[in-house]
Amino acid sequence: MDKIIFGRFLPGNTYVHKMDPRAKLLFVFGFIVVVFLANNTITYSILIGITLFVMLLARIKPSFLINGLKPVVFLLIFTFLLHLFFTREGDLLWEWGILKIYEGGLRQGIYIAIRFAVLVIMTSFLTLTTSPIAITDAIEILLNPLKKIKVPVHELALMMSISLRFIPTLMDETDKIMKAQMARGSDLSTGPIKDRIKAVVPLLVPLFVSAFKRAEDLATAMEVRGYKGGEGRTRYRQLAWHSRDTLALVVLFALAGVLFYYRG
Amino acid sequence: MDIELQRVGFSYAAGTPFEKRALYEVDFKIDSGTYQAIIGHTGSGKSTVLQHFNGLLKPTEGQVDIGDYRITAGKKAKNLKEVRQYVGIVFQFPEHQLFEETVLKDIMFGPLNFGVSKEDAEARARELITLVGLPTEVLEKSPFDLSGGQMRRVAIAGVLAMKPDVIVLDEPTAGLDPRGQKEIMDMFYTLHKEEGLTTILVTHSMEDAARYADDIIIMHDGKNVLRGTPRDIFADAATLRGYRLEPPRIVRFQEKVEKLLGHPLDTVCLTEEELAKSVAKHLPKERGK
Repeated sequence: MDKIIFGRFLPGNTYVHKMDPRAKLLFVFGFIVVVFLANNTITYSILIGITLFVMLLARIKPSFLINGLKPVVFLLIFTFLLHLFFTREGDLLWEWGILKIYEGGLRQGIYIAIRFAVLVIMTSFLTLTTSPIAITDAIEILLNPLKKIKVPVHELALMMSISLRFIPTLMDETDKIMKAQMARGSDLSTGPIKDRIKAVVPLLVPLFVSAFKRAEDLATAMEVRGYKGGEGRTRYRQLAWHSRDTLALVVLFALAGVLFYYRG
Repeated sequence: MDIELQRVGFSYAAGTPFEKRALYEVDFKIDSGTYQAIIGHTGSGKSTVLQHFNGLLKPTEGQVDIGDYRITAGKKAKNLKEVRQYVGIVFQFPEHQLFEETVLKDIMFGPLNFGVSKEDAEARARELITLVGLPTEVLEKSPFDLSGGQMRRVAIAGVLAMKPDVIVLDEPTAGLDPRGQKEIMDMFYTLHKEEGLTTILVTHSMEDAARYADDIIIMHDGKNVLRGTPRDIFADAATLRGYRLEPPRIVRFQEKVEKLLGHPLDTVCLTEEELAKSVAKHLPKERGK
């Protein structure tokens, strides 16, 4: 349970940490679009370079990144293999029965794997350097214009911050219940698959019971304190846009331009 | 079944940036058949240490011996399930572990996991439900229809149903009313006396430690710092306060009495009766009787 890095926040005091969450959010969304401009070795190298640069800027340890990629490693390999065997372009490199690997397939497989890795890494930088609350605030402000067309932006943001707030609580709870059931001889990690699936029931039932109970308690606590939605609510945490945030977005546009110029 | 910890160190999330050290060179042995209390203020590592008693946590340094079974840091442990049969743990708020449709099924969960036959498991459940002070009708009810206190008792029965040699209790009475607290603590004490169950009570209730334990280990900042009989431990209130612990109320009361009398009493008293007798000795005898 401790190994899941995705979605965790590592406090720090670097350039990236100090950026306005709105800028980071816009940058990452922009980056996700820009990544798809890359289609040859130069452009992909530039993407890798930018990712490494952000990593250095945020002072995130490489080992941390590799851990972060672990959960998606299967998907990464799967997409790589899919392209490797099913893209039939260029020279034939290797053949064994019906399996044929072409040069274009190998190239495409590597590109897609890099694209995927860069996307996951960049988004995990966002969550690693920004507290979940800051992200939620940023989303609420960025989506504010949608209120005009009756999208319940404040309520959505509230739901998001509540769920984020309770992730660690539920994780602790899961850990606790898991241990209690293990102490009663329940076995989650060995034995046939059928037994293991059965062993999840004693875990899920108490977890759901306590999650519902918590939700009810929270709703009561909010009502008792007079919560009535976002109307006229002021903010405790104020976001401030600095020149470094503008700079980040300028860099993003420059990156798009460079990629557009070098793409094949 | 003896439990021995040798230079045990433990870190949560070892090897990640969130690494948090919880134990340093914890070293003690709990003999079979004793009633052992482990006390310490919040965050002293007592809850972490108790999870080493049946291999729920593996030490990151040192080794743990549970009977003939040894868990060494860095080595893969096998057959942990076997150990868990012998060491039952009643966690804090154990009612959170209930999940079955009926109380009966929930109590049977532990024994069935350890290969006890259905008939035996059911017999154990019927026997235990009265032991924990609930009527047998409860067995057919859903555990979620019970009150908090009743759920606690069912969960305790679920652990006892495994027939462990050692029972570890982590704040077993937290959140119960005073009467329920006493009933549950007395039940564990009777089990300890009658069945010879090795009992390890992890608590910050000095009153419970003073009343029931043969021996007390004090944890402070992830280390075991002091050990002795309740009388020895509570005789030195100053040291105790140094570990951010308050002596039991009865000892604090004795301190006040001694202050008023101007001299100390003969011994440290752990119960109301003892203190009453001690104080009586110092009262002037009424004349003419």
